[in-house]
Amino acid sequence: MIQLVWLAVLFPLLGAVINAALAFRRPMAKTAVSIVGVGVMAAAFAVALAVFRELQQSPVASYSVVLWHWMPVTDRLSIDLAFQVDHLSSVMLLVITGVGGLIHLFSVGYMRSDPGYARYFAYLNLFIVFMLVLVLGASLPVSFIGWEGVGLCSYLLIGFWYEVDANSNAGKKAFLANRIGDFGVLIAMFLIWWSLGTLDFTGIMMQGGAHWSRGSTMPLLVALFLFLGCTGKSAQIPLYVWLPDAMAGPTPVSALIHAATMVTAGVFLVVRTAAVFTLAPVALEVVAVVGALTAFFAATIGLRQYDIKKVLAYSTVSQLGYMFLGVGTTAFASGIFHLITHAFFKALLFLGAGSVIHAMHHALHHAHSHADPQDMRNMGGLRRAMPWTFALMGIATLAIAGVPPFAGFFSKDEILGAAFARGSEHPIYYVCWALGLAAALMTAFYMSRLVAMTFFGKYRGGEKSAEHLHEAPWVMTGPLVILAILTIGGGLINLPHFAGGSSWLEHWLAPVVQVAMMMVTPTPEIPSGMETTLIALAIVAAVTGLVGGYVLTTRSSIVTPEHAPEERGIWSLLYHKYYVDEVYHRLIVDPTMWLSRRALWQTVDAFLIDRIGVGGTARLAEGLGWLGSRLQNGQVAFYVTMFAVGAVLILRTLVR
Amino acid sequence: MNVTAVVFYVFAAWAVASALLCITRSNALTSALWLVSTMFALAAIFVILNAQFIAAIQVLVYAGAVMVLFLFVIMLLNLEVVPHDWKRWPVWMLGLGLAAVLGATLLPLRNYTSDRLAREISNLPGAVNSNLVFPREDSALAVAQGAVGHIAQPLFQAYLIPFEITSVLLLVAVIGAVVLAKRKL
Amino acid sequence: MDTRLLLGPTLVVSAILFVLGVAGVLVRRNAIVVFMCVELMLNAVNLTFIAFAQLHGVSGQIMVFFVMTVAAAEAAVGLAIILAIFRHTQSVDLAHINLLKG
Repeated sequence: MIQLVWLAVLFPLLGAVINAALAFRRPMAKTAVSIVGVGVMAAAFAVALAVFRELQQSPVASYSVVLWHWMPVTDRLSIDLAFQVDHLSSVMLLVITGVGGLIHLFSVGYMRSDPGYARYFAYLNLFIVFMLVLVLGASLPVSFIGWEGVGLCSYLLIGFWYEVDANSNAGKKAFLANRIGDFGVLIAMFLIWWSLGTLDFTGIMMQGGAHWSRGSTMPLLVALFLFLGCTGKSAQIPLYVWLPDAMAGPTPVSALIHAATMVTAGVFLVVRTAAVFTLAPVALEVVAVVGALTAFFAATIGLRQYDIKKVLAYSTVSQLGYMFLGVGTTAFASGIFHLITHAFFKALLFLGAGSVIHAMHHALHHAHSHADPQDMRNMGGLRRAMPWTFALMGIATLAIAGVPPFAGFFSKDEILGAAFARGSEHPIYYVCWALGLAAALMTAFYMSRLVAMTFFGKYRGGEKSAEHLHEAPWVMTGPLVILAILTIGGGLINLPHFAGGSSWLEHWLAPVVQVAMMMVTPTPEIPSGMETTLIALAIVAAVTGLVGGYVLTTRSSIVTPEHAPEERGIWSLLYHKYYVDEVYHRLIVDPTMWLSRRALWQTVDAFLIDRIGVGGTARLAEGLGWLGSRLQNGQVAFYVTMFAVGAVLILRTLVR
Repeated sequence: MNVTAVVFYVFAAWAVASALLCITRSNALTSALWLVSTMFALAAIFVILNAQFIAAIQVLVYAGAVMVLFLFVIMLLNLEVVPHDWKRWPVWMLGLGLAAVLGATLLPLRNYTSDRLAREISNLPGAVNSNLVFPREDSALAVAQGAVGHIAQPLFQAYLIPFEITSVLLLVAVIGAVVLAKRKL
Repeated sequence: MDTRLLLGPTLVVSAILFVLGVAGVLVRRNAIVVFMCVELMLNAVNLTFIAFAQLHGVSGQIMVFFVMTVAAAEAAVGLAIILAIFRHTQSVDLAHINLLKG
């Protein structure tokens, strides 16, 4: 079955092709589209499950499935299109096909009335194809196909409702921010090949250990360029700005691409190339610091957003920061653990938010209100109309806030623990730990604020629309229930010793990062008394945040957006996201636009190329043609004269 | 200066004078007749230069047939005689000037003698006897063959195929002339 | 006398006739006269052939034979063309024949 892993890629590809064909030919055949779109995901999940089962029983930890020789250029550069099936990719396979399948199912209900239904499923299936190629690739170039492909699908789905200008602009923004990161990955690839002569992940791991010394420049450069790619794809400082805008896409897309799978590709890539990072301790510190800073700053912005999806978007950026903090402290398994649990609870949160938006949209639509269905100030008291959604989102909120025994508690606690433990080696990690703890407090705060504003209090959307609020259909709540179960039980896959578990995921992933871990000192043990204190601190932070958020939100009077007063002081700064977008616009976008418009377009293109180059050649040819046409005056006498002149000239050279 | 040379120069002057008149007469018919005159003079020069057969067909074909065709067409078209337009004198100057340059270019030809040619061809220094380089023909054989046989011998042997091709050429010309000149086929 | 000695003068006569033909072609506007000038040039060349035939043998005379054939064919076709043009434009003035104007 492992050799047949390509089936997991093939099924969604078939789905994408069929749905694309349907999108062109029979866009209204929604039943067929649903069956194909969800069916291929079920098939892919079955393949993933079978591969995982077989790998579990296999004594070999890593398989390479060569499909064909892709670029057999020279002895030095020969790239196969090969998949690497090992403990890491098999887990990722399960998460992507599993969560992805549930989100596909949810989409059936959510997108039901959209005219672009078939196109939507074609894109979604295609995304899964590229995501699987990304995690399965056995070499950087193969993974890069997926890396670029998911970027493309992300762009297509952010701008899915391209009729609205803002949506396609958000798509472009995401694409451009990702391009900057992709440039880093490409440079890293060139450097690796130049220095090691291989691009296979296994080759990089082995050759890197043999040829690079720990702390030398080359692994540092490679690691930093790779991490630049990760900051783009995984929305870290400084390239995180695209992710909040990406919420312009349909909500299930936000759940699948911009929360559960694609944005975690950076974390995956760091773990895949862990050997490079452990050879460059400085790069690891950079990863950890950037992760912690992102976690902190994104959380502060999340405190003062009103769009339900924007809150979740900043939450995602923040949680991704946690993951990078984890891998930056060489707690690779913890990073992946948080990746998985985050996929569960954040998908649940987004889909729950999707349910809420769905209900609000219908209610406001019936009441002919033009209020924003995503603005939490228009919501309130929805727990009565949508008890299921409320309960499920409540579970996810507890999980993300880090309340035991939900999944998020264990993964977040492990990352903070690792950061604290590394603090004894380098004080910067203590700072990271403190930032992470503060972010945890704020996470709990803004999540409970979200729930309080949405589900508690009084409905603020108007009398007329209130009666139209209703729970989403089963096809939407069903996947939510499954995700909720995973959110509750997800912690079991890496239950730590103090909670009576056996840290299964950590042992499972140990072979993947084995070589990398040989380069670094093992994470120092934390005294058990200290460990208890840390856990207690985390729980206290979570509970404080939750209670504080609830109390402060329900006590304050919330007014609908049209009556909202001007934000003041620090709140204004947070509400405007620290003006980062504006700063980027001034520093990067405007100069680039100026350069493109003035220098490149008007000077180089319009003047040099068009006027001088193209137009000049044309005018030159025209002038020569005019001269030539003067010769063709139709007068035989003239032709004869010219002939005679020529004859005389020739004769003068012949007769002596 | 013997009689042959005198006769040659007389006919040469005749030919040049006729040609000059041919190109200057404004009436096409007069021009044609002066051209005929030129051809007669040339035929006489051909005889002097031992080309009796060619001289005969010069008169027969050129003066007799081709020029008659010209006269025929001129008369058929019945063109009105246009006197020279002396406003076109720049064109005349240009044409005559160009012709003069051509003439000056060809002027070195007057220095060509058989001895010089023999020297150039044999590529030897000093004086060369042209009679050795360009052997005289067997006058006895020439007399036996006669003027026609003298030229027919190579024409029907060495030049047989070109000769046959000329017949095809003439056929093509006949067909072409008919196609072009006839209003409707 | 030995007529070979007349080579130089013959070539000069030939050159004069040729140049006169060229001058005629250049200055005259009547298509038929231009044609006749071309015949004059051909005759001048024939004279050269005959002159050299005295040195190089009878082949020169045979060339003249061929030139005459070509001239006859050319005269037939050329005059037919002039006829056709005259029917079209009612003129044989070269200044009026400018269909090749680019």
